[in-house]
Amino acid sequence: MKDKVVKILTFIAAVIILIICGGMVYSLVTGAVPAFEKFGVDFIFKKDWQYTPDNEQYGALPFIVGTLITAFLAVIISFPFSMAVSLFVGEYFKDTKVAAFLGTATELLAGIPSIVYGLWGFYVLRPIMVGMGLSEQGFGIMTSSVVLAIMIIPYAASLSSEFIRMVPNDIKEGAYSLGATKYEVVFHVILPAAASGISSSYILSLGRALGETMAVTMLIGNTNTLPTSLTDTANTMASIIANQFGEAAGLKLSALIAIGLLLFLITALINFIAKMIIKKYAI
Amino acid sequence: MKLKIVVLSVFFATCCISCSNVKTEISGAGATFPLPYYNMVFKDFSDTTGINVAYGGIGSGGGIRSLKDGIVDFAATDAFLSKAEEAEIAKSVIHVPTCLGAVVVAYNVPEISSLRLSADVLADIFLGVITKWNDGRIVETNPDIVLPDLNITVIYRSDGSGTTNVFTDYLSKISDRWRAEIGAAKSVSFPVGVAAKGNPGVAGIIGQTAGAIGYVGSEYAFARKIAFASLQNKAGKFVKPSTASISAAASANIPADSKIMITNSAAEEAYPISCFTWIVIYREQNYAKRSPEQAQATVKLLNFILSNEAQSKAANVHYAPLPENVRCNALKSLKSVTYNGKAIE
Repeated sequence: MKDKVVKILTFIAAVIILIICGGMVYSLVTGAVPAFEKFGVDFIFKKDWQYTPDNEQYGALPFIVGTLITAFLAVIISFPFSMAVSLFVGEYFKDTKVAAFLGTATELLAGIPSIVYGLWGFYVLRPIMVGMGLSEQGFGIMTSSVVLAIMIIPYAASLSSEFIRMVPNDIKEGAYSLGATKYEVVFHVILPAAASGISSSYILSLGRALGETMAVTMLIGNTNTLPTSLTDTANTMASIIANQFGEAAGLKLSALIAIGLLLFLITALINFIAKMIIKKYAI
Repeated sequence: MKLKIVVLSVFFATCCISCSNVKTEISGAGATFPLPYYNMVFKDFSDTTGINVAYGGIGSGGGIRSLKDGIVDFAATDAFLSKAEEAEIAKSVIHVPTCLGAVVVAYNVPEISSLRLSADVLADIFLGVITKWNDGRIVETNPDIVLPDLNITVIYRSDGSGTTNVFTDYLSKISDRWRAEIGAAKSVSFPVGVAAKGNPGVAGIIGQTAGAIGYVGSEYAFARKIAFASLQNKAGKFVKPSTASISAAASANIPADSKIMITNSAAEEAYPISCFTWIVIYREQNYAKRSPEQAQATVKLLNFILSNEAQSKAANVHYAPLPENVRCNALKSLKSVTYNGKAIE
């Protein structure tokens, strides 16, 4: 009897989640229809964003480019740091107090609200960028990416260190018994064995960087043009929506929803790829 | 034990009575530009009448949309509704002007606390033609100060905004090139610069960035003590935004419905980027299951804002009171508001 109740309850909960998910996709798609009807697939490749009343032109390209550049750059910047932390915690100082402390400290970074990162970027990082002569006012892709990199370190580091930990002891001991040094074990045994897990952890943190809104909106400069260099100001898909939905109506609102749909698809695709990699190359 | 129960039940009973006897509360949403003034007036109103006003500064466009959806009692906007926009709402609305404000050109140049900008120089800065603070054309109107060799960073609004509408309306009036290439609207494609969300966002970046120039609602620059420029008005005089110079901009003929942009006013003492700000309500107040009390409270609030008492306080937060004829016309149009077709007392 109890079994049945639990079964039914979990089934209902699962169905509700599915319905909500489906509803979100449905409303995104119906909302995006007018924009795609007006501009066709071209919407994705157009770079104008013009609100002139009788000649509205909306294209998502600057925002797609801005999103991809900031997110990939963030992953690249964060790589050496998160990799080092995960090796430190997962292998070199495995199960020591120092590792536990460092692990918790890194995970703590994940708990900081993004608006706090934004504030830090605005008041601390931005003047540093100006001081280094990277840009005139300190806003732009570079500043956003550095902050994003710090934000995603905990995701990449804690997942990777789990995968490094999971490498079976037998393999490692086998290598040691053949006379391998620690360095050789780490780089020729552990990393190749954990590679699929590690790469999927980076893909997942990329997904996190793609959707980040608040901190990026505060730092990227919010200009609706195609960026041409890493110090240029730009806009990401998330930040253009956050900036402009309040006053948007009609075609512009539809264009914003279409951008939301594209962002949803890109993030879903990236998560899907990560899952495939884990599944295919799991140890 | 028994005593405890009695005390508790009395306590809950009084709670319930006070619940059922809910105070009327009215809600509005819209422009952030007049927010400092509204905060003050709404508080005075609830102190004198006991009616609370909940106001959300979500932007003019958001306010109008909320009114259209029937979820607020009034909307506040810095851009009056065009004929097309009114047609879209389908029901008759009235615009009640509430005060006059100014959009100031705020800047951050180290050690420069007073700056005079002529109309064409202002337009060329925002067009990206003038890029240095020590450009000859800026120096020309500021012979007494030494301007640094610093790049100009234009800051504008990333969100749609009534403030942008007023500012670009002014630029379109003074610059043919601006009118032809960019135009006036709640959001336009600025050719140069960096954008930030909301008046506080723009004011914040200007305060933090050497070489920045941008436009904000006057109170936001005053409150943060950011320097702002004297602008050259149509009569050729350099004028600082002040209660007097803003009032002067509205001294010309104002139509009875007050739907007019008063930027680039011809009056000699006028500050050129002045504007009205409005509250918009439905003429027929029985919509979305609103009670007659709510309708009455809404009209009462607007009458209160138009009273001499509330108007005289506008200057405290750097806005300007409405001219007497505009105030009278607004009071008159308020009389046409009805509930179920009957006038509201």
